[in-house]
Amino acid sequence: MSEIILKPKEQPLVPIEANNVTPDVFAGKTLEEIKNLGIWHGNRQDRLSKFFDIEGESSENPSEIKIIIDGSVPKTKWIGKAMTAGEILVKGDVNMYVGADMKGGKILVEGNAASWPGQDMQGGELTIMGNAGDYVGSAYRGDWRGMSGGLITVHGNVGNEIAEYMLGGKMVIKGNVSIMPGVHMNGGLLIIEGNVVARVGGEMKGGTIVVKGIIDEFLAGFKYLGIERDLNLEGEIIEGAYHKFKGDLATKGASGIVYAAVAGNSHIAPY
Amino acid sequence: MEIVKNVVCPFCGMLCDDIICKVEGDEIVGTLNACRIGHSKFVHAEGAERYKKPLIRKNGELVEVTMEEAIDKAATVLAESKRPLMYGWSCTDCDAQAVGVELAEEAKAIIDNTASVCHGPSVLALQDVGYPICTFGEVKNRADVVVYWGCNPMHAHPRNLSRLVFSRGFFRERGLADRTVIVVDPRKSDSSKLADIHLQLDYDKDYELLDAMRAVLLGNEILYDEVAGIPKETIYEAVDVLKNAKFGVLFFGMGITHSRGKHRNIDTAICLVTDLNDSAKFTLIPMRGHYNVTGFNQVCTWESGYPFCVDFATGSARYNPGETGSNDLLQNKETDGMMVVASDPGAHFPQKALERMAEIPVISIEPHRTPTTEMADIIIPPAIVGMEAEGTAYRMEGVPIRMRKVVDIGLLSDKEILERILTRVKEINASK
Amino acid sequence: MEHIIKNGIVYDPLNNIDGEQKDICIKDGKIVDSVSADANVTDASGQIIMPGGVDPHTHIAGAKVNVGRMIRPEDSKKDVVGRAPGQRGGSGFSVPSTFMTGYRYAQMGYTTAMEAAMPPLLARHTHEEFHDTPIIDHAAYPLFGNNWFVMQYLKEGDLDKTAAYASWLLRATKGYAIKIVNPAGTEAWAWGGNVHGIDDPAPYFDVTGGEIIKGLAEVNEMLGLPHPIHLHCNDLGHPGNYETTLKSFDIPKGIKANPITGNRDKVLYATHVQFHSYGGTNWRDFVSEAPKIADYVNKNDHIVIDVGQVTLDETTTMTADGPMEYDLHTLNGLKWANCDVELETGSGVVPFIYSGKAPVPSSQWAIGLELFLLVNDPEKICLTTDSPNAGPFTRYPRVMSWLMSNKYREDMIENHVHKWAQKKTSIATIDREYSFFEIAQISRATPAKVLGLSDTKGHLGVGADADIAIYPFNPETQDPSTDYMKLEEALTAASYVFKDGEIVVKDGKVVNIGLPGRCYWVNSIYDEELEKQIVGEVETMFKRYYSVNFANYAVQDEYLPRSTPVDGVIL
Repeated sequence: MSEIILKPKEQPLVPIEANNVTPDVFAGKTLEEIKNLGIWHGNRQDRLSKFFDIEGESSENPSEIKIIIDGSVPKTKWIGKAMTAGEILVKGDVNMYVGADMKGGKILVEGNAASWPGQDMQGGELTIMGNAGDYVGSAYRGDWRGMSGGLITVHGNVGNEIAEYMLGGKMVIKGNVSIMPGVHMNGGLLIIEGNVVARVGGEMKGGTIVVKGIIDEFLAGFKYLGIERDLNLEGEIIEGAYHKFKGDLATKGASGIVYAAVAGNSHIAPY
Repeated sequence: MEIVKNVVCPFCGMLCDDIICKVEGDEIVGTLNACRIGHSKFVHAEGAERYKKPLIRKNGELVEVTMEEAIDKAATVLAESKRPLMYGWSCTDCDAQAVGVELAEEAKAIIDNTASVCHGPSVLALQDVGYPICTFGEVKNRADVVVYWGCNPMHAHPRNLSRLVFSRGFFRERGLADRTVIVVDPRKSDSSKLADIHLQLDYDKDYELLDAMRAVLLGNEILYDEVAGIPKETIYEAVDVLKNAKFGVLFFGMGITHSRGKHRNIDTAICLVTDLNDSAKFTLIPMRGHYNVTGFNQVCTWESGYPFCVDFATGSARYNPGETGSNDLLQNKETDGMMVVASDPGAHFPQKALERMAEIPVISIEPHRTPTTEMADIIIPPAIVGMEAEGTAYRMEGVPIRMRKVVDIGLLSDKEILERILTRVKEINASK
Repeated sequence: MEHIIKNGIVYDPLNNIDGEQKDICIKDGKIVDSVSADANVTDASGQIIMPGGVDPHTHIAGAKVNVGRMIRPEDSKKDVVGRAPGQRGGSGFSVPSTFMTGYRYAQMGYTTAMEAAMPPLLARHTHEEFHDTPIIDHAAYPLFGNNWFVMQYLKEGDLDKTAAYASWLLRATKGYAIKIVNPAGTEAWAWGGNVHGIDDPAPYFDVTGGEIIKGLAEVNEMLGLPHPIHLHCNDLGHPGNYETTLKSFDIPKGIKANPITGNRDKVLYATHVQFHSYGGTNWRDFVSEAPKIADYVNKNDHIVIDVGQVTLDETTTMTADGPMEYDLHTLNGLKWANCDVELETGSGVVPFIYSGKAPVPSSQWAIGLELFLLVNDPEKICLTTDSPNAGPFTRYPRVMSWLMSNKYREDMIENHVHKWAQKKTSIATIDREYSFFEIAQISRATPAKVLGLSDTKGHLGVGADADIAIYPFNPETQDPSTDYMKLEEALTAASYVFKDGEIVVKDGKVVNIGLPGRCYWVNSIYDEELEKQIVGEVETMFKRYYSVNFANYAVQDEYLPRSTPVDGVIL
C-alpha cells in the first residue's frame, strides 16, 4: 500500500472542495502533480498544496493507495467523492459530502462529519467514528433513487433524514438519531442501535429498519405484526425480541418493515 | 387628484390587481379595493425613513455618495468576495431578478431568495413528490372543499377568503354556503372561527396527522386511537369530507412549512392531495408571502435550472439547500460578502446569521431604513416596483401579472441599479 | 453584411435542390442572388448545407415547462453548462434552461422552434421565457380545446362568435395557432374525470371532442390562419386509441384550406401521432396500429402529422392533457405536477423512463419509426420527439440517423431494445432509408410550409431568411447507412450555423447569439363589430369568474422584443 499524507495547514473560513482527494485521482501521479491539483476555494481555484503539506508516494493502481489526512479538516468538503478503490483515513473532522457517490474502497473519519456523508453511495465502506449531521446516505434533491450499495457506519449520533430514499446497501448507526430515519426508504437495511426521536420510516415503501433503542414517537400509518425474536437479516443474526411493523401504509403498496426492540418500546405497540 | 385603475398590489402573494389608486403629484394618497395591509403599503411609500440618495458607511457613519461611487463599491465587494451571497429578491420584479441571476453568474456568487426562510420547504417537497396546483379562479368557480393548513388568511392574506371562498363562482353560486371550510391549526384564529371543521392538532404533529389521514384514505386501519391530539373518529370523518370533494383545494402556510420536519410535512401533504385524486379532484396552493417571491423561483429556474439557493462558485450552477441556503452560508460562516435586494434579513434572520452579517461587507438595495440597512455598508435606494416602477410579478400559484407604475419619483429601478453593478463587475473581472 | 457560402452540397426541397453543389449568397440577413467581391467567404466543400431546422412542436417555454425544470433538480444536475464569454450557463438534460435551449437548438442547425402549448392566462410567462431563449425564432400555440367560451359558443352553434373570440384571443396572447389538446377531456379533468373518444361530452358544457375539433377546424379557415388546427387527439397513450385517432383525422376532411399568409393546403396538423397509434385493449394485448394510421395519411391529402419519436431516455413528460398525466403517475408512481387553469385549460408533468429494457417503451420506439417509414410522402410528416415528452430535442440527430440507416435500426432491434419492438410492431420488416433530401423535408420544408412560413423559412431560395445549417458530413464519400455514428455526430454539432445572415455556431459551438429571435403571432380581426360584442361578453365573464382583471390580461408589447405579426383575415 502506498501512503500519501496530507497534513492540513490552517483551514480557511470559506470552505475548500477536495473532490480531487481520492485514490482514483492520485493514481499514476507524481507527488508534484498531486501538490498541483486544482482545488476550489469558494469561487476560485488554488492548488492542493496551498492547504496541505503533502508527502508520500503514489501508485499506478488506486486500490494500492491510502490517503491519510493527518489532522482535522472541518472546512473541507467532498473528500473521497466517487472513489472506486483504495483507502482514505481522516484523523479528525470533515465537512459535508464525505464519500458522496462512492463506489468502492474505504473511508474512515476519526472525528465528526457534517451533512450528506455517503450521498448516493453505490459501494464501498464509509465509517465515521464521531457524530454526523443530517442526510447520512441520502439521495440528491428530487431523486427517488438514493444509496444503492455499500456500508455506512456512524459510531456517534446523527441528525435528520438519514437513509432518505435508500434503495440498497446497509447503514449502521451506533448512537442516537433525530427524526425521519429511512424517510421514503425503498430498500436496504438500516440498523439504529441508539434511540430515535420520531417518524421512523415515514413514507417508506420497502427495506428494513431495526431500532434497538427507544423510539419516542411512532407513526400511526404502520400495521403491527406482533413480536419476532432473533432477527435474521442479510445473513446477520440480530438477537433480542422486536415489535414488528409493516408500512408506511400512508403510501400505496408499502411493504417496508420496522423492528423496534421490545425493551423500552411498549408505548408504541398497540397491545 | 388623478385616479389610476387596475393597479397591482405590491404586498402579498395574492397579487390583487383591482386596486384603484388616488394620486396627487408623485404621491399615492388613497386606495380602493386594497386590504388594510396593501393600503398601508401604497400610502406609506415613504415608510419610517425613505432613502433617496446612495449611502456608504465611512468611519461608522453613513454618508451620501454619488451613484457611481456606490455602484463601484458594491461591484468591488461582489468581485472580491470568495463566496458572495446575493439574497432577497421577493419584493422586486422579474426583470430585476433576471439581471440578478446573471450578476450572480458573473460574480460566481450564490443567489437565494426569501423562499429560503418561508416556502423553501415547499420547494424541496415539490421536488421530491410533485406539485398539483390550480389557479385562483378554479377555487372560486369549483371548490366545494377548502382546507387551510397552518395559515391564517384572515390576517396574512386578507383578500384570499373574500376573493376565492366567500365570492360566488360559476359552479358555486352561493359562495361560502356552497363550500365546506376546514382549518387545521393548533391555535384558534380568526380563520378557524369561520371553519366548518377545525382540526386543532398538537403543535409539531402535522406529519403524524397527515400520515394517519393518508393511511385512512388508502383504506387502512391506523395504529392509535388518537393521533396528534385528534381522535381517530374525527380523522375518519375529515378524510371522508376530503375524498368526497367535487373539487378540493389545500392552502398551506408557514404553520406547517416551519413546524417539525418542515419540507416533509409538505411532502406528505402533497402526497395526500395527489392520492385524493383517485376518488375526488384535489389541488393545492402554497400561501406565499411576498408579492413576487414566486416570480424569483420562476426566473431563477428558467435561467439556471434551479429555483433558489443556486451556487455559481465553480462557474456552473449547483443547488443544495442545507448547504447553499442563505442561513446555511451565514451560520457556517462560509459567505464573506453579501448583497441584499428587496428584503430585510436584518429583521428576520436568526441571531447566528446576523452575527456573520455584522462581520462581512453588506450591500443593501432598499428604499427604506430597515434593520438590514442599519447593518449595511452600502445602501442604494431604488424606485419601488408596482408604485414607482413597472415589471412582471407572479402570483402565489404562478399567474404572471404586469405591475403598473403609478407615480414617477425619478429614482433608478432595481433592474437599472443591478445592470450598472453587472457592467462594473464585468469590467473588474475582465481586468483581473 | 455580405456572406457567400461556397461549394457546399445543398439539400433544399422547397426549391427542388437535391444534393447539388451550389453557392449561397447572403446580404442583410436574407438570401440573395449574388454578392459583391467583399463578401465574407465560408468554404463548405464536402459538407452538407440545409436550411435552418424548423421544429413545429416542442415544449420550451412557459409555465409547465418551468415546472418540469423546477420539480426535477436531479435532471438538472445531470447536465450542467457553465458561463462562457458571451454565453450564459444553465442546466437540464430533458428540460434545459432557456439559454441552453437556444444554444442547443442552434448547435444542431435548428433556427426556429414552436412552443406547442400556451395557456392563455399564463401567456405572459411563455413570452418571458422566449425573451431569455437566444437565437431561435419562435411562436406559441394558445390552448383552445377546453376553453369555456369556445365550448359555449360551439354549443350554441355560433361559429362566427367562436371565430371572433379566437381572433381576439390570438392577439391578446400573441399566439400563433389554434391548439387543441384532448378536447373536452381536460375540462372533465377539472372534476377529476376524462372523456373517452370523440363522442363523449364535457361535463356541463355538453359538447364533445369531435364537435370541438369540427368547430375549431372551420373557425381556423374562417380566420385564414397560417397554420391548420394543431390537434393532440383524445385518448393519448391508451391501448386501442387508434380508432379515436382515425375518427379525429376524418373530422376536418372536406374543409377547404384558406391561409391568408403562406400556401399550406392542409386543414389538419395532428401531433405526436406515435402516442395515438395503439391497438389492443390493455398493455398485455397492446399492438402497433401505425400501419393503419400511415395508410390513412397516405390516402388523404388534408393532413400533416408529426411523430413524437421515443428516444429511449429518462425524460420529463408535460402536456395540457391533465388526466393523461395523472394516469401516467398512477402507472409509474413518480412525482406528479398539475395545474388547472381557470376557464381555459389544465396541464400535468411527470418524469418518465423510456427504457430499452422495458417492453412498452421499446414498442413505442418502434411505432414512431414505423410512422416515419410507412408514410410515403415526406410532405405529410414532420420530425419531432414532442420534446421533452418522448425524449429531448437534443436527440433529433439520433432520430435522423435511425431513419437514414437500416443498419442502425437493426443494431437497436438486436441489441438495445426489448423483443416486443419486433413482436408488437412491423419495424423489423421495413428497410426503407431516408435520403438527405427527405430528412430536409421532414425537418425543414414540411414544417415551414405547414406553419405558413415557407416564404422565409425552410428553404434557401432568394428572399428567404438566411438561416442556414452546414454539417461536416460528405455525402459523396460517406454513407449514412453505414457511417451512422459519424452522421449523428455531424448533425449534433453543425460546422456552421447562420441565423439572419450572421454566423452563430462554428464547429458545434455557439460563437454569437445575434439578434433576439422573432416572435411570430397572428394578427387577425374577424368582424370588428362582432368582436366588440364578444369582448363585452368576455369582460363580463372576467368580472365574475376570472381571478385577474380584464385590463391586466392581454400580453403587453413590452414582452416581445422582436414582434413579428403574421396576417390572418382582417375584416
